[in-house]
Amino acid sequence: MGIMIRKIGAWLDRRLQLAAPVREMAEHRVPRNAASWWYVFGTAALTVFVLQIVTGILLALVYVPSGAEAWSSLEALNHTVTLGWFIRAMHGWGSNFMIAIVLIHMVQVFLFGAHKFPRELIWIVGVFLLLMTLGMAFSGQVLRFDQDAYWGLGIGVSISSRVPILGPAIVRLMLGGPIIAGATLSRFFALHVFVIPGLLIGFVCLHLLMVLKLGINEWPVPGRIVRRATYEAEYHALTKRDGAPFVPYAVWKDMFFAAFVILAVAACAVYFGPFGPTGRPDPTIIQTVPKPDYFFLWLYALLSLLPSSLETPALLIGPVLVIAGLLLLPFLSGEGEKSWRRRPIAVLTVSLIAITLGTFTDLGGSTPWSPHMNAWSGDPVPGQYLHLATALERQGALVFQAKQCRNCHSLGNTGGQRGPALDTVAARLTEDQLIRQVIQGGGNMPAYGKNLSPAETTALVAFLETLHPPGQPPARDASRAVALSEEKESGARP
Amino acid sequence: MATKPAFAPPTNETAHATADLPTDAAISRRGFFTKLGILFNAIAATVVAVPMMGFLFSSITRSRANGYLSWVPLGKVSEFPEGETRLATFQNPYVMPTDGKTAGTACWVRRIAGEQFQVFAVNCAHLGCPVRWFPQSGLFMCPCHGGAYYRDGSRASGPPERGLFEYPYKVKNGLITIQAGELPTPGAAIAELTGEKPPWAS
Repeated sequence: MGIMIRKIGAWLDRRLQLAAPVREMAEHRVPRNAASWWYVFGTAALTVFVLQIVTGILLALVYVPSGAEAWSSLEALNHTVTLGWFIRAMHGWGSNFMIAIVLIHMVQVFLFGAHKFPRELIWIVGVFLLLMTLGMAFSGQVLRFDQDAYWGLGIGVSISSRVPILGPAIVRLMLGGPIIAGATLSRFFALHVFVIPGLLIGFVCLHLLMVLKLGINEWPVPGRIVRRATYEAEYHALTKRDGAPFVPYAVWKDMFFAAFVILAVAACAVYFGPFGPTGRPDPTIIQTVPKPDYFFLWLYALLSLLPSSLETPALLIGPVLVIAGLLLLPFLSGEGEKSWRRRPIAVLTVSLIAITLGTFTDLGGSTPWSPHMNAWSGDPVPGQYLHLATALERQGALVFQAKQCRNCHSLGNTGGQRGPALDTVAARLTEDQLIRQVIQGGGNMPAYGKNLSPAETTALVAFLETLHPPGQPPARDASRAVALSEEKESGARP
Repeated sequence: MATKPAFAPPTNETAHATADLPTDAAISRRGFFTKLGILFNAIAATVVAVPMMGFLFSSITRSRANGYLSWVPLGKVSEFPEGETRLATFQNPYVMPTDGKTAGTACWVRRIAGEQFQVFAVNCAHLGCPVRWFPQSGLFMCPCHGGAYYRDGSRASGPPERGLFEYPYKVKNGLITIQAGELPTPGAAIAELTGEKPPWAS
């Protein structure tokens, strides 16, 4: 039996001639200190990518990329096809894992100085791999053709439309027609299934080939400086002096972590299940609160918090600057210290970006800037605010609910957070200021002058005047009484 | 020991050497054919690339040829009470067989008085999310980033830089029709610079 297999192997290799180069690749020497648990993320990203290809092909067996049928085919996958829900969940969670691992990989590479000479091009190819991974995530979100996908695409299109001059043409090219419809889904299918994965496979091969040719980055030692003139000789000396064959010396850690990641994706898939689909992508159903997937939440938050005058420049110039910065990085810091212990600015930059993105993602999850569309009818005024209230004040509380003030202002921690909470508003604003704010709006609040009768305004302000902490009187204008009494004396006011 | 392969063309040994490694500027027979081959492929590539590009970019150019925009009926005028704003739906005029439900579009119809209307796109002028009408407060509110508009579509608050997009309308024989068919996007205002003015860019 063994002889037979060896014979077949020899027959094949005489024709393929692959055994020698593969062995050479597997046994190439790596610095011993690079066989670290910190060096497993690249393999993990590749593992999840392969997993995505496998689950993606399985999904394509059932999924129908047609505007009319995509949503029902997703429902069928979730509920009818055996284990369809599991494959969908694996693909969805695989996508989240892939972005997370790619980001971790990138941070690790940056902090270990692996982008420096002579590995600049590995980093640059890696930047394109990151962009393609994000492209896969966005186009994948479109293929999950539900309400979020439909309106999320609308947001993407609205951003693209702001490109000067070419905007409208880009929109029509993205949509494949005048509106988001069947042709749009088909072209995102082509992008997600053929174009981007094809590019990804090519770029991953390039990325890996260069890692093999140039050698994996050695563990950064503080004080060991990268110089273009001497680095390569130093690296070769290091791998000779203190190196070991990649297989089996280092590979086992990669294998363990890869298996762990696959199991983690599967565990998330089983425990949390597939993502959506949410409601049917019917643009005539407008009772929807669209939200992007997790890794685009930060952008969603940014779009809400930027001042409108900055929005278009930031949207159009920001990505160009970020991508240019990433691509230029290995040229700007191609030499010098590799260790993060001697690169405080690098550590601070990574921390700052992580905290910023984390904060924006967190805000994007809670969306305090969005009005709560149903708060006016769903969240009543808390009972304690109406205790001992006069008839006028109660009427004011009704106006407060009926005019949807509640959609943007919270009371007792329920309601919208677009505007300030009003639990203690009377301690901040005087009666006159309340009236002015309600009638004229301002500071991001619409003017309600045309939508409130004088009686309603009086009642509303009477209610708002009761909203102050116990023991603290409502704010009042000290000169008001004087002004009113003077008016009375002069007969200006009856 | 160089034995000639069986499939090697019967060439003069010296001519073979010069063709492979041309040492002077003179064009050899093989070099000429190689260049001719490249030219021939360039012509073939152009011949197929032109229609391919035409296909790829047809969604941009098609609009000029036959027009994405048409007049579509929304319903009888009597279906829209005076002084109120109602949601209306219509089928997009340019439809593909695979569109399904996405061929439908919603719009807000405000009947001011008589035959005087305002028809707004549901898409927020900020980033296109569907705005909802609240008759009690007379506001359109966007669930995404908190844009708000007054009943006449003008901007009330939030991130939008302009009011709601408006469709041109006509009233004829008791029917209201609007000129629609293309997704309104905030970039339309920029498109005016190019002389291509969509109807909602007021």
